[in-house]
Amino acid sequence: MANGRLQQIRFISPVGSVGGGISGAALDEALAQDPDFVACDAGTTDAGPFSLGAGIPAFPREAVKQDLSLMLRAGRKANIPVIIGSAGTAGGDVHVDWVLEIVREIVAEHNLTLRTAVIYAEQDKAYLKRLLHQNRILPLDPAPPISDSIIDSSSRIVGMMGVEPLQQAIADGADFVLAGRCSDSALFAAIPLMRGFPPGLAWHAGKVSECGTLVCETLGKGVVFTTISEDDITIRPYGAGLRCTPHSVAAHSLYENADPYLHRECSGTFDLTKSTFEAIDDVTVRIRGSEFMSEPYTVKLEGAALAGYQSIIVGGIRDPYIIRQLDSWLALVRSYIDESVSNVLGDEADKSSYSLIFHTYGVNAVMGCLEPDSKHLPHEVGIVLEATAPTQHLAHQLAQLSRQPLLHCPIKEWAGSITAFACLHNPAVIDRGPVYRFNLNHVAVPFTPVEMFRTHFTDLCGSEKSWF
Amino acid sequence: MVLADIANLIRSKNAGPFTLTFDVMFADLAGYRRVKDSGALNPSAFAKLYRCPVEKVRFFECENTLAFKFSIPRPLAQGELGDGDMHGGQRFVPLMFLEIP
Repeated sequence: MANGRLQQIRFISPVGSVGGGISGAALDEALAQDPDFVACDAGTTDAGPFSLGAGIPAFPREAVKQDLSLMLRAGRKANIPVIIGSAGTAGGDVHVDWVLEIVREIVAEHNLTLRTAVIYAEQDKAYLKRLLHQNRILPLDPAPPISDSIIDSSSRIVGMMGVEPLQQAIADGADFVLAGRCSDSALFAAIPLMRGFPPGLAWHAGKVSECGTLVCETLGKGVVFTTISEDDITIRPYGAGLRCTPHSVAAHSLYENADPYLHRECSGTFDLTKSTFEAIDDVTVRIRGSEFMSEPYTVKLEGAALAGYQSIIVGGIRDPYIIRQLDSWLALVRSYIDESVSNVLGDEADKSSYSLIFHTYGVNAVMGCLEPDSKHLPHEVGIVLEATAPTQHLAHQLAQLSRQPLLHCPIKEWAGSITAFACLHNPAVIDRGPVYRFNLNHVAVPFTPVEMFRTHFTDLCGSEKSWF
Repeated sequence: MVLADIANLIRSKNAGPFTLTFDVMFADLAGYRRVKDSGALNPSAFAKLYRCPVEKVRFFECENTLAFKFSIPRPLAQGELGDGDMHGGQRFVPLMFLEIP
């Protein structure tokens, strides 16, 4: 390692997610501290199943390009590797290619030379079915059912890679690694583990760094700079007003994790039960004591399947007579809709083939079955009627046929015809397109850590050529 | 007194598409101890609030972060038809009003 720094490795986490907005000034400041690599994740399931199902990224293209451009230029300037994982939100092949196209533009615009390893994480269905038949796909809790037909009916399935494919790419000389679906912590742990740093520290350093400045006391514009030595981690932000405190760093392990202490990765579990956190100065925290236990190798699977096509109507109700009997009134509305669908569409719309859901804002739309407060009647109720069906055409017709019953379904308190529902829009029906569901919560047990992932090398430069 | 009077952050969030996780955090050790010693915040109280079997409730007392954590299976998977909170971010509210004697 250069500069005689055999006992330390340093890295930059420039932002919690590619497209989140990197502070160029803070990145420059951190770059002056002689880092060994830059890593960043670009994906999440947080937004929902649509990105994985439809193959469409959730972040705006220009925002992704801006952040990628800053990172890639920083990497070339310092001559250090840049690692991006979970490309394009869901990390499927189409998402990786979407990011690769942006990278090509950046390379051309800034005249960069980039030895690039592209690692695909989408899974072959025949391969997964073979694993399933060999009892090498195991359920997590809670897991939806799995079968050949569930694998076949998935729009897309990705495997969440660990450090091994990234390490292979770095060992083979990549200075830019663009990975599909990947463990966030693995992006940061890969190189430190290659260089022999203790696994507990390498993984914990990745974990506390991967969300960028979310590890700080207060959120703000900046980057996180992390150093691993033989027996500790130090972490600090660069950016105005930002600080890491022992409490903020320790508490970060709670965020979006079911278990704050044990974190399962492909190759094992890192254990923060014995971790200690102490302030070194106003902005820097030292971590010690984190451990790692090797376990049988597993790769988490994420799958999405088409749930149908959706059309919605948005509106509201202010009439207190209706609001006080909303459940029974909506049940009557639903029966009118079903009747009208049956009369108009007949065999085209079997009742079991479509779904009508009323989201009643002001009553229980947010909490659903968990809503504890059923006593207070609101003065106004917002309603989103969601019609889901096997085709957009049918979903659209269902929503259209719902409008009249919503408008005119009678109540006994009023004599004569009423108009009960305040439509927000004209046309009232909004087509939402295809909607998806997450259909797997399982792990695969591959025969080798790298067999589920495909790596392609490309030299990106003014005159692009493949070198592998 | 209710939990929201003592905690300085009560939050909920997805931990993956199939799990909801809840954090109850405090500004100081006194607040954390006050709630811990009351015994009111426990898996069976949580199971009752969230209408789920108590054996599905995972509970963590994290004194070094001045926090309690609960995790449960999501009643509906994230984005499933009918799910009204894609990020699970508003599911903490019933915890706010848990009586702390």
